[in-house]
Amino acid sequence: MTRIGLIRLVVVIVAVGALELACRLGLINHNVIIPPSEMASALWTLLASGTLNAEIERTLGMIALVIAISIAAGFAIGCVIHALPRVREALDPFFATYYAVPVFIFYPVLIAIFGLSIMPIVLIGVATAVVAMIIATLNGLDRVPRVLAKVARVHRLGRIATALQLQLPAAAPYLFTGVKLSVSYGFIAVIAAEFILAPAGLGRDISEAYADFDNRRMYALILFILIVATLVNAVLHGFDMRLAQRRSGGRA
Amino acid sequence: MPGEVHARVDKVTRVYAGAGGHPPVHALGPIDLDLRKGEFFAVVGPSGCGKSTFLEVLAGLQTPSSGTVTFEGKPIHGEVADGIGVVFQEDASFPWLTVWDNAAFGLRRSGVAAPEIRRRVDDALAFMGLKDFAKAYPSQLSGGMRQRVCIARTLVLQPRLILLDEPFGALDAQTRLLMGDEVLRLWRRTGATVLLITHALDEAAMLSDRVGAMSARPGCFIEIIETNWPRERDSTIVGNAAFGEITGRLWERLRGESLKALGHSGASALAAQ
Amino acid sequence: MTATRRAADTLVILFALLVSWELLHKIAGETALPAPLPTLVYLLHNLTTPRFLANLTTTALELGYALILSYGIGLAIGVWMGAHRLSGAVGEPILVSLYSLPKITLYPVVLLMFGLGISGKVAFGALHGILPVALLTMGAIRTIPQVYLRSARTMQLSPWQTIAHVLLPAALPEIFTGLRIGFTVTLLGVLLGEMFASKEGLGSMIMNAVQLLQGEEMMMVAIVLFAFAAIANGLLLWIEHRLHRRV
Repeated sequence: MTRIGLIRLVVVIVAVGALELACRLGLINHNVIIPPSEMASALWTLLASGTLNAEIERTLGMIALVIAISIAAGFAIGCVIHALPRVREALDPFFATYYAVPVFIFYPVLIAIFGLSIMPIVLIGVATAVVAMIIATLNGLDRVPRVLAKVARVHRLGRIATALQLQLPAAAPYLFTGVKLSVSYGFIAVIAAEFILAPAGLGRDISEAYADFDNRRMYALILFILIVATLVNAVLHGFDMRLAQRRSGGRA
Repeated sequence: MPGEVHARVDKVTRVYAGAGGHPPVHALGPIDLDLRKGEFFAVVGPSGCGKSTFLEVLAGLQTPSSGTVTFEGKPIHGEVADGIGVVFQEDASFPWLTVWDNAAFGLRRSGVAAPEIRRRVDDALAFMGLKDFAKAYPSQLSGGMRQRVCIARTLVLQPRLILLDEPFGALDAQTRLLMGDEVLRLWRRTGATVLLITHALDEAAMLSDRVGAMSARPGCFIEIIETNWPRERDSTIVGNAAFGEITGRLWERLRGESLKALGHSGASALAAQ
Repeated sequence: MTATRRAADTLVILFALLVSWELLHKIAGETALPAPLPTLVYLLHNLTTPRFLANLTTTALELGYALILSYGIGLAIGVWMGAHRLSGAVGEPILVSLYSLPKITLYPVVLLMFGLGISGKVAFGALHGILPVALLTMGAIRTIPQVYLRSARTMQLSPWQTIAHVLLPAALPEIFTGLRIGFTVTLLGVLLGEMFASKEGLGSMIMNAVQLLQGEEMMMVAIVLFAFAAIANGLLLWIEHRLHRRV
C-alpha cells in the first residue's frame, strides 16, 4: 500500500474511532447516533438471521435491472444518435440541461400513472442513469480516431469487424466512464425512490425504522447500503483507473 | 570581450532529494560561470543535463545545494532579485488578460505611475510587433506571438539580466530563426546581459558572444567558445564560414555527451516498464 | 448548421415531447396524468395563490441557505486540498466515494441531528452541494500551470498579489463549473428532503398531490421546478462559457 493510501486508511480509522468514542462517552446523544460498533453488530445480527434476504434481493435486483437496461439502452441509443448528426445537434440542448433539472421529482407522477409498484422505481432509475450512458457513448464514439477507419479499410475489415475490433476498444475507456456513472446513478435513484415512497425494499425499510424510532435497525440498514455502494463504486473506479493508464501510455 | 562580472556562479551543485525510496538525483554541477556585463551567453547541452536547473538557480527560483550565486555583487538566495527577468519555455501568458494587460501586469504590481506604465507598455508592444494586437487575448494568438507577449512583459520591467529558457522550443525552425533576430534586437536595445538556454546548436552559435557547452548530467561546462561576432548581427550570419566552424566545434564536444544522455534516458525508460 | 435551422430542430423535438405527453395522458387517464393544455391553465391560475407562494418561499429560502453553506464550505475545503498536496491526495478519493453514495440513506441521520424544520433540508442540501464544489475547486487549483507561479515570483509579487491576481483568475473557470454543478445538486438535495416527512415546500407539495390524486398540481410544480432549474443552469452556463472562452 502506498504511503498516501496508508495515511488515508489511518484518517478513516481515526474518524470512525472518534465517532465511537464520542458516542460511548455520551458526547453524542444515543437517540441521534449509535456507536459504529453497535451499528456493525446490529447489521451482523440482521444478516445472520436471514430476515433481510428477501429485501436485499429485491433492492439489489432492481438496481441491477436498472443498470443493465440503462447501459444497454444508453449505448444503443448513443450509437444511433451518433450516426445522425442533425438529430444530435437538435438534442444537444436537452442533453446539456438534463442533469441540471431535478428529474427525480417525476417519481411521484410515475407513481400516479403506474401505481405503487416496481414500475415507477425502475423507470425513474433508468431515466436517471440512461442519459449518462448516452452522453458517454457519444463522447466515446467521438474520440475514436478517424485514422482507425482508414486502417480498417487497408486491412479490408468488414463493418462489424471494424466496430468490434477497432472502434469499440478505442471508445472503451469513455464507455466505461458511462458505465461507472450509470451504476452510481442507478443506486442513488432506486434507494431514493424506495425511501420516499415504495411498497417494499431496503430504502423503505430505512424510512420505516426511522419512523418507528428503531435506531439499531435503521443504522444497520444504512451501514449495509453504504458498504455495498462504496465497494461497488470502488471496484469500478479501480477498473477505470487501470483503463485510463492504458490510454495515457502507462508512464506516470 | 572583457568586461566587469555581472553575475557569478561559483561551484554550484543542485541535488534533488529522492522521492519514495529512490536515490537522490544529482542534477547539476559543480558548475562555474562568470557572466560578463552586457554579453550574450548561450548554454547548449543534451536533454536532461540540467540547463533549465542552471537557469533557475541563477534566477533565484531554486536554491543551490552547495556553492553561491551572486548578481551585481549581491548573493542570490531563493528569491528572484530585482533587475532579473525570465522568459520561460512554457507559455506563461495569462489567458484572462488582453495582450496589453499582460504586458502591463508586472509593472502595475510594482507601483509605477500610470502614465509611465502606458508609455513603457506601448513602447514594448511596438518593439515586439504586437501593437495591432493590444486588445486581443492570448488564446487568439499563435504560439510565437504568445512568447512575444511574455518577452514584452519582461521588457517593460527594464531588467538588467534577461534569462531565456528555451523560449523557442515549441516553434518551427523558420520562426525560430526570426525570433532569434528579435532577441538580438532586444539585447541591443536594452543593453542587458542575456543568457539563453537552447538545445539547438545553430541557434547558440548564431546568437551569442560566448557559448557554453554543457556536459550530460550532472551538468558542467566542458568548453566555453568565444564567437567574436560583431554586435550588430542577425540570422544571416549563418552564411558566415566561421559559423560552420563554431557549430562543428560544438557538436564535436557535445556529440559524446548527447550519446551519454541518450543512454541515460534510454536505460531509465526501460527500467520504468 | 445555421443557428435558425438548429433552433427549428430543437422546437421540433419540444413539439414531439408535447405530443408524447398528450398521448401518455390518453393512455394513463385523467387523474394519473393530465393533458398539457389543462395543466397550463391550472398553472396560470395557481401560480400566484398564497398557498403556492408560501411553498415556493420555503423552498427558495432552504435553497438559499443551503447554497451559502455548500459554496462556503466547499470552496474552503477545495482551496485547502488544492493547495496542500498531501491533504488533496489523501482526501480526494474519500470525497469521490462520498459523491457517488446514495446520500438519501443519510437523511434520517440529518433529521435526527437537525430536526424536521428548515434546518434539516438546508443541511441535507448542503451535504449534497459541498462535494462537487470542493472537488472541482481542488482540481482547479491543482491544475494551475506551474509556470504562472514562477512568473509571479520572477515579477516579485507578494503572496497576496499572487493569489489575488494570478491564482484566482487562473482557477476561476473551473471553480465556477463546481459552483454550477453544486447549484444543481443542492437543489436536488433540498427537494428530496422536502419529499419526505415535510409539510412545506415544493417537494412536499408534489407528494401531497400524489396522495390526493391531483394530477394537475403535480405537473404544475414539476414544470415550475424544471423551468427554474433549466433557466438557472443556462445562466450559470453562459457565465461559465464567457470565463472559459478566454482560457
